[in-house]
Formats: sequence, C-alpha cells, structure tokens
Amino acid sequence: MTTRTTPATPAATATPPSTLPAGARTAQDPWSRRRRRGPHLQRTRGDLPFEIWNYVGFTIFALVCGYPFYYLIINSVSANDVSALGDVRLWPVGFHLSNYTQVLGLGGLASATLVSVARTVIGTVTTVLASAFLGFMFTQERMWKRALWYRLVIFTMYFNAGLIPVYVTMKSLGLTNSFWVYILPAIVQPFNIILVKTYVESLPQSLQEAAELDGAGAIRIFFSIIFPNITPILATVAIFTAVAQWNSFQDTLLYVTDQKLYPLQYVLYTYINQASSLAAAAQNAQSNLGALASAATSQTPTSIRLTVAVIVVLPILFVYPIFQRFFVKGIMLGAVKG
Amino acid sequence: MGLLQRSRVLVRGETRRVSVSAFLLVAPFLVLVLLFSYLPLIGWVTALYDYKPALGLGRSEFVGLQWFEMLVSSRTQLEQIGQVMANTFAMSFLGIATSLLPVVFAIFLNEVRANWFRNMVQTLTTLPNFISWVLVYMIAFSLFSTSGLVNTTLHDWGLITIPVKFLDSDQHVWLTMLAWSLWKGLGWGAILYLAAIAGIDPTLYESARIDGANRFQLMRHITFPELMPTYIVLLLLSIANLLNNGLEQYYVFQNAFNKEHIQVLDLYVYNVGITGNSISLGTALSMLKSVISVALLVTANAIAKRARGTSII
Repeated sequence: MTTRTTPATPAATATPPSTLPAGARTAQDPWSRRRRRGPHLQRTRGDLPFEIWNYVGFTIFALVCGYPFYYLIINSVSANDVSALGDVRLWPVGFHLSNYTQVLGLGGLASATLVSVARTVIGTVTTVLASAFLGFMFTQERMWKRALWYRLVIFTMYFNAGLIPVYVTMKSLGLTNSFWVYILPAIVQPFNIILVKTYVESLPQSLQEAAELDGAGAIRIFFSIIFPNITPILATVAIFTAVAQWNSFQDTLLYVTDQKLYPLQYVLYTYINQASSLAAAAQNAQSNLGALASAATSQTPTSIRLTVAVIVVLPILFVYPIFQRFFVKGIMLGAVKG
Repeated sequence: MGLLQRSRVLVRGETRRVSVSAFLLVAPFLVLVLLFSYLPLIGWVTALYDYKPALGLGRSEFVGLQWFEMLVSSRTQLEQIGQVMANTFAMSFLGIATSLLPVVFAIFLNEVRANWFRNMVQTLTTLPNFISWVLVYMIAFSLFSTSGLVNTTLHDWGLITIPVKFLDSDQHVWLTMLAWSLWKGLGWGAILYLAAIAGIDPTLYESARIDGANRFQLMRHITFPELMPTYIVLLLLSIANLLNNGLEQYYVFQNAFNKEHIQVLDLYVYNVGITGNSISLGTALSMLKSVISVALLVTANAIAKRARGTSII
C-alpha cells in the first residue's frame, strides 16, 4: 500500500463539488474567468477552426454513445412488425406500450426481475455495512495483529487463485445454484474498505476519544459516532455496488444453472442467443393475449429482446445522471489511492 | 492516542493493551476472505490430479505435472496456446496503444467553454461505462446483426444487396473488440484526467501566457505534461494487467465464427475448464496465469518505485 493519501476526503468530499470536473472550474480552473475577461489575449488564427472541429468532434462522439440507448427505447415502443424490420430509426413508429405489460407477464421475467432487485438491494446493504464496519475497525490500532489482517484483505485486490479454482471452491462450499453466491463473495470489498478507512482516518480524532472516555465500546462508537459521519463516502460505495450488482452476469454464468435464480442480465443474454426459447416465449405471450393481438402488438423475438434490454438499462439511465457526482467522486478517491 | 489508551486501560482496569475483542468483531469477515480468496489456493493441487468431480480429489488419479506438460506437448496444443496468447497480448497492447486517447479527450473537452455542452458530452460519453457487457452486446446485436439498423440502412441506401455479417465474422475481431472497449470506456477514462486538469496550478498558465504562449502551446506544454504522472501510473497498472482481459466482453461476443481470434486467456480458461469440463487443465492454466500476473505486478511496481519513488500498489 502506498501512503500517498494526502488530498481528498472530508474537506473535498463532505461538501461534494457539484458534478466534479465540470463543476470544479472555480478557483482552480485555468480557463473560465480569465477567458471571459480578455478573450482577445488568447485568440489566435487557428482558434475558430479549432473551436468548430472540437464541438463537431465531441457532438459526434456523444451521439455515438447516446444514440444506441435512444434506439433501444424508441424501438421498444414502436409497432412490433416495423421494429422487427429494423425500420425505426429516428422516432417511434406506431407508438404503443403493450410490450411492457406483455413481456413482464412472461413466466421467467417476473422472477428474473425479482432476483435482480433482490441481489441489488441485499448485496448493496451488506457490502456497504461491511465496508463501513471493516474500514472503521481497521483504524483501531489496538486490534490484535491488525496489520496482518488488513494486508490479508487488501492482498486479494491484486491476486486471486483463478477462475477454475474459485469455481471448484464455490461448488464444494455448496454455493452453486444458491442465491447467496450473489451476496456472500461480494461482501468484503478491499477497495471500498480502503476508501472508508482513509475517510475515517481523516475525521477529527477527538470524536472517538470523547466517546472512548465515556466508556463506549467499538460497536457503540461505530454506530453512534462513525457511521453518521461517513455517509458521504458510503453513498459513493453504495452507488458503485448497486450498479455492479445490477449489471453482474459472470457469477450467474459460472455458478448458477437453476433458471429460477437467473437475473435479468442473464435472461437477456439467453434471449439474444437462443432464438428457440424466444420463439417459445413469443408464442406463449401470443396465446395469453388470444385474439386481441395484432401485427403491431404481438410479440416478436426482436420486440421481446428490445423490451427486456430497456427494462435492464432503464434503472441505469435514471440513476446515473442523478448520481453522476458520486461516481466521479468514487473514481477520484480511487485514483488518490492508486 | 497512546496516552489516552493507557489512561483508558487504567480507568477500566484492563490489563492488555492489545484488543482481542476488536479482532473477534472482524473475524467473521476474515472467514469470508479466507473462504473465497485463500481457500481456492488449496485447490491448486487439483492441477496435479486427473480430477473427476464425481470421484472427488481423494479418489482421482495423481498425475504429477502431466497437465503442464500437455500444454506444451503436441504441436496442435502449442498452436492453440500460441493463438490464445497472441489474442491476449493483441487486445492488451491495443488497449495500451490507445491509452493516450482519454488524455487527448480530456485536454480537448477542457477547451470547450460552454458548460452545458461539456456536461452533456460528459454524461453521454460516460454512460456506456455503467452498462453491462451483455447490454453492450444487445446494442451491437440491434445495430449490426443482419437485420439490424446498419444493414437495413445500407440496404435502403442501395449500398449493399446482401446483409453484411458484422458479428458472425472472423474479420478484424481484435479491432472490433477494441472499438467496443473504447465506446464503453473512453469517456469514463477521461474523467480522471479532467479532474487532474482542474487541479493544475493556474500560475503555470499565467506565467506561460506572459511569456507569449498561445492556447495550443498551453495545451501542449502545460496541460499535457501535467497529466503525465497520472498517465504513467495507469500505464504501469495496465502492464501489470497484461493477462487480465476479463471474461465477460469476449464471452458475450464469442461465436462459432470468431472464436479463433476472440479467445483471450480468460475466455480460454473458461472454455477449457467449464464448457470443456476439464477442471484439472483449467486449474493448471488458472495457476500459471495467477503466478505470471503477480510477477508482472511486482515488476511494474518495481519500475514505478525506481522511476517515481512511489509504488503503485
């Protein structure tokens, strides 16, 4: 572990700069104010073409990044016979929302949604609590062999026994085809522990000392003194953990064959690749609807895939812009640690 | 702190300065770490057996180094390993070769003055980093499959008559994988550098400007060099991760057509060990990979120490 942990934490994080890089253009930013005062000083002949190309370039790249999401959404609400042909490009054609009601009625999907939500909620709560507690405990210098245990935990960040040995271990622990394989291995996250530990160390020592003099034990100090004071860093940990849990695919691939335990990500993957299971699902949706289905609203493999994809991505689309600053803060704290 | 502890010990009449109870509180978590991170190390002995899951390790045959010898024994096996390593290094080095792009992205985005535009670009370009590879594949599938957007558009414009098989193709696999990695990671990779730019000492710019530097000279001679320390650290880390391409991206994009060029080491281990059900060979491969990765990390760290005086881990 390096000791380059000087900047950041409370001062910087307790009052998070609004959307960091962009928002941080206050005191430190070399351009903003100066530019407004005397643009003529910087204007050179190459300036205007550069400005134009810069804006054009970033516009194109932003569109390349953003359009696919828009494409998925407009196709999922368009007439299914048109979207199946790939003819919906700029706006919805034959707008309807029945895909969502129909697809959520498909057998496997309700349970997959439940699994995804459950692993995200339980996984996030356990990981955040464990990171907070361990991050705090590892600042307790009196702990027996503290440095050894801390290194033992951190070392796992850089080293693992490998895919197959871990697989065999999970199997022998009886965790394959168990919901807990999504939760238990993810509880202790060395990186999060470092973040919390650094944060706790930067809190004023007097907080803890006062409580200790009053005779409070470690658990008491953690819950009544530490926990309320580290919520900014826990928010960052929580948001990263939640996204990771929601997006997780590899653990299902490796350890789970029981369809009841498939999360949405895995179901989406099987829907993309297995035309047969999809056709059956479409058939199923059809018979549920009976005579009501028309060409525009009856399910096709494409419409099912698109709808599931949107269900999978929608939480991210909602959550990400709102919590962007937490994400940015997370990567910056991580960078400080190296 | 020391003084305080001693006084506390006196107050409460404790005899030991070392707290075992604090250890007991973290012990359950240490058990988890042992189970999931260190217990698998014992599983390495599986590489020395002809492991049959039905028999268990005890009754499986001990074969010594047979699996390791097998990796280099036959010509076909050598060729396969060679191809896997070529893919692994190709993807890693393409990643390293493009690792300056986030720096350039950040420097140029920093030149954009309209705040709303910067924020919009940042939000849209970092978004792909937060979706799973399955969803990336879904997007690739919607856009590039034979009935996807690109093919139908090209067809409508009369540029092609038969659909192009973008996904089911062995052509340019390394480059398409690089393109998807960049699509997903470029904007997010730039965030760190944007933050670093905001932290550059403004007096550097002022004095350079007094010396008559124009905007491009400031970018070239102040911003760029100021970002280099961050860049070097990330570069060294990517060298340490040379063998760790990850599994998910290559797994979801893998198909019968592109298998030869997409199979990186992580995917190969999965295909051999899980799909091929050859646990012992998979363990042998996992083991080699872990050992070499640690060696790479130690090397990268030593370079960092020598060059910068600080370690990267």
